[in-house]
Amino acid sequence: MTAGALDGLTIAVPRGALFESTVDLLARLGLDTAELRSNDRKLLFEDIGVITMRPSDVPTYVEAGAADLGITGKDVLLERPGAGAREHGRRQIYELLDLSYGRCTMVFATVDRVNAQGEDPAAEALRRLGVMRVATKYPRIAARHLEETGRQGEIVEVKGSVELAPITGLAEAIVDLTATGTTLRENGLVVRERIVECTARLIANPVAYKLKAAAIDQLLERLRAGAPAAASTADG
Amino acid sequence: MNGKPAIHPIPSGTRDVLPDETRELRAITDALRAVFERHGYGEVHTPALEYESVLGHADLAETGPVHRVFDETGETLVLRSDMTVPIARLVATRYPTVEGPLRFCYFAHCYRGIRPQWSQPRELLQAGIELIGSPAPDGTAEALTVLCDALDATGLKDYRVGLGDASLFGTLMDRLQIAPQERAGLLEALAQRDFVELAERLAGVGLSRDAAGLLLSVPQRRGGPEVLDAPPGPAADAIAGMRQVSELLQENVAARVIFDLGLVRSIGYYTGAVFEVYDPTLGAPIGGGGRYDALLASFGTPRPAVGFALDVERLHIALAGEERGTGALAR
Repeated sequence: MTAGALDGLTIAVPRGALFESTVDLLARLGLDTAELRSNDRKLLFEDIGVITMRPSDVPTYVEAGAADLGITGKDVLLERPGAGAREHGRRQIYELLDLSYGRCTMVFATVDRVNAQGEDPAAEALRRLGVMRVATKYPRIAARHLEETGRQGEIVEVKGSVELAPITGLAEAIVDLTATGTTLRENGLVVRERIVECTARLIANPVAYKLKAAAIDQLLERLRAGAPAAASTADG
Repeated sequence: MNGKPAIHPIPSGTRDVLPDETRELRAITDALRAVFERHGYGEVHTPALEYESVLGHADLAETGPVHRVFDETGETLVLRSDMTVPIARLVATRYPTVEGPLRFCYFAHCYRGIRPQWSQPRELLQAGIELIGSPAPDGTAEALTVLCDALDATGLKDYRVGLGDASLFGTLMDRLQIAPQERAGLLEALAQRDFVELAERLAGVGLSRDAAGLLLSVPQRRGGPEVLDAPPGPAADAIAGMRQVSELLQENVAARVIFDLGLVRSIGYYTGAVFEVYDPTLGAPIGGGGRYDALLASFGTPRPAVGFALDVERLHIALAGEERGTGALAR
């Protein structure tokens, strides 16, 4: 039996791209992950303290205290309301550790074409029309990036296949997450700007972080020791 | 009857309270009021609407008033976002020459801006006290004692009180001679509770490994009295202050305290000790408070002061959660 490997803590685990690495991490911590790997319909694994969900729901469960801890991508955290310094109402969760896996880059991309003046379609639209249309699944990150780079933009929120937008004329540019850039290239797009590197993060509920301090600190210790790549943040 | 009932909406973040809930809330506020009165805290009422120019004396950071209206003469009025600033104003105008400690309590609705779709309250019911003219550590210990007595009186069982110091991180940065242009970024990372960002920023500041390690590890120290042992040199003053307060606490209060060197409150006017109330049934604090020794001076009547406010609706949820033996973190 490996119950107790998390010392009674409950952790929200993301299904999807981060799932495999996260389960490997939990296995290294001593959790019995056999059922977690084999049963992809079950959501709650009470005996090992694991709840599985889509990555963007992880901060919601953790902020409400339905899970003490959670693992999700930095992109998800940046897209949450309250992530920007000037936004009203700060986020309440703690961001404890960079887990280093699931590394992706949030990029600004356009079609691989420039006009006679050497401008890409977004730059040309901005100069001639005063605004560029940017399609994205990350409207807050995209809006913040345009604001920080002093450009006017119109954010077009889509739910999937963002690459389609600049090819079909829905938008001049996209802001999206890419790991290898293959999908972008296959759709004739090219990265113009790299916005931020995103990796998996360990987050904690603010009340759990205080009331279950010993258990959480012990887990952090083991994660830092057992996941060498995470040591870069622990070094300071 | 056919046809749907007419819909008459109320603003997001507000709600109606019907008799069953009102009865339960009333039982809570009655219990709190009895304890406040017993400790000598007289109840006050202040207007919900105040002049923006007057409340603007205080640094409320992101919890400041956001609801504004113009009166008949074109003056800007705001709905108060807390009771501490109105009571500071009241003390400065109604008790300008009274030196001795003043004790007030209140039960009042306050109004805040909310994040859309976030189920935050626009209108919240606060119950609290203000102790004016009583410096640290005695005033702080008195406030913590009233806080625990009041929570005990409501029947809440498993709560804990986090105790920290709002000046601690700033003092640390002073002593380690952090450049002014770096300070805002470090404080922002701390306010965002983002230790990954804090570590990255510290790595870029060009500090010695020890100094950077201290700034990263101190805000993560929380727990029993052992947190105050082996005080990190540059934070010694704040830690000595916390120890002085804890030495004045009765055993039943001391047993509730979690020492927390990383406690951050979103309100800007806190100067020293700060505290926050947690219950295992709720994922967010039930209330909090602290010392605001500079606030009265901004109204022209410098006096040390301390107070706390409880969110009555959250307290109600926590009580209900404890009663059912369920709740967010009670596993």
